[in-house]
Amino acid sequence: MERRRNILTAALMGAAVLLIAAGLVMGQNAQVLAKATRICLECIGIG
Amino acid sequence: MDNKKRTLIQAAAAFLQNAHVTGFFTGKIYTGAGKNVCVPGLNCYSCPGALGACPVGSLQNALSAWKFRFPYYVLGLMVFFGAVFGRLVCGFLCPFGFLQELLFRIPSPRKLRTFRGDASLRYVKYAVLIIMVIILPMAHKFTPFYCKYLCPSGTLSGMLLSAADSRLRGLFGWIFTWKALVLTAVVLSSIVIFRPFCKYLCPLGAFYSLFNRASAVRLAVDSGKCTGCGACARVCDMAVNPAASPNHSECIRCGKCVSRCPHGALCFTVFSRPVGVRVPEVISPLDERPERDNK
Ligand code: SF4
Ligand code: SF4
Repeated sequence: MERRRNILTAALMGAAVLLIAAGLVMGQNAQVLAKATRICLECIGIG
Repeated sequence: MDNKKRTLIQAAAAFLQNAHVTGFFTGKIYTGAGKNVCVPGLNCYSCPGALGACPVGSLQNALSAWKFRFPYYVLGLMVFFGAVFGRLVCGFLCPFGFLQELLFRIPSPRKLRTFRGDASLRYVKYAVLIIMVIILPMAHKFTPFYCKYLCPSGTLSGMLLSAADSRLRGLFGWIFTWKALVLTAVVLSSIVIFRPFCKYLCPLGAFYSLFNRASAVRLAVDSGKCTGCGACARVCDMAVNPAASPNHSECIRCGKCVSRCPHGALCFTVFSRPVGVRVPEVISPLDERPERDNK
């Protein structure tokens, strides 16, 4: 049971790393950066 | 590790995620490379001090982009945090969770551990995640519904920004008034209820809760040592019974039960290996009241 759970954890971590890598290759971090470096009007209650 | 240490870790985490101190005086947010990366906890990227990006805001932004592309990057980061920590993020790393804990330390005549409807209300956060963070932003391009209509961390950021930049104050309308009401409700209820936003509304807490049973960091019960005395369940501010369900989705891994167990039956594990963290010998406002008041 614990062993299976640890395998699942490791698989999730591996999948997460693959997702991050795929996102980086597609330049999706730039989309995050662009949004986060401008004041988000919706967030602060204006937009 | 005692409770002071957990508080110190929470304070350090909140500071590290908001260390752009000059922003609080100039009203200008940080625009450096740190904002390529999402922080683990709920921390609005429009907070004047924020050094990283908010995962919930970034996810909505990706989902509501005009040309839809699967949000590999943001989702990957969120799954990574979930797979490693689960809701340990809530107990140790999230600034908004920390803020609510500080508010809960304010003395009040009555502190509520649980109440009728408490268990059902905890499902609301999953609806917030599915409807406001995923479905509506996808259906309605360019509108991050959760940020726009609910997020109290964003409202707080707006207040901090407008304190430094008076031009913003003139732009506030009914949406701000609504969000300020939500924030006020969260602040006031946090004095009486332990982390009400985390329990009932936070979509990030809902997301991480899905990983609690499979994250690298978990809680374990030694059934040979557990006598079923119930001491752990009585001290849990999240109303979890860790002896029965150590990896319950509501457990924020604060570790209070670990140090309260008189028989040493509970411990933290990393990939099933016990780690010697007996966290806090905490006096919570809930503990100081007779049992009948904690209903
Ligand atoms: S539930 Fe949300 S606000 Fe609460 S600690 Fe977790 S991420 Fe932060
Ligand atoms: S007291 Fe124990 S069961 Fe309750 S939230 Fe903290 S670690 Fe989880």
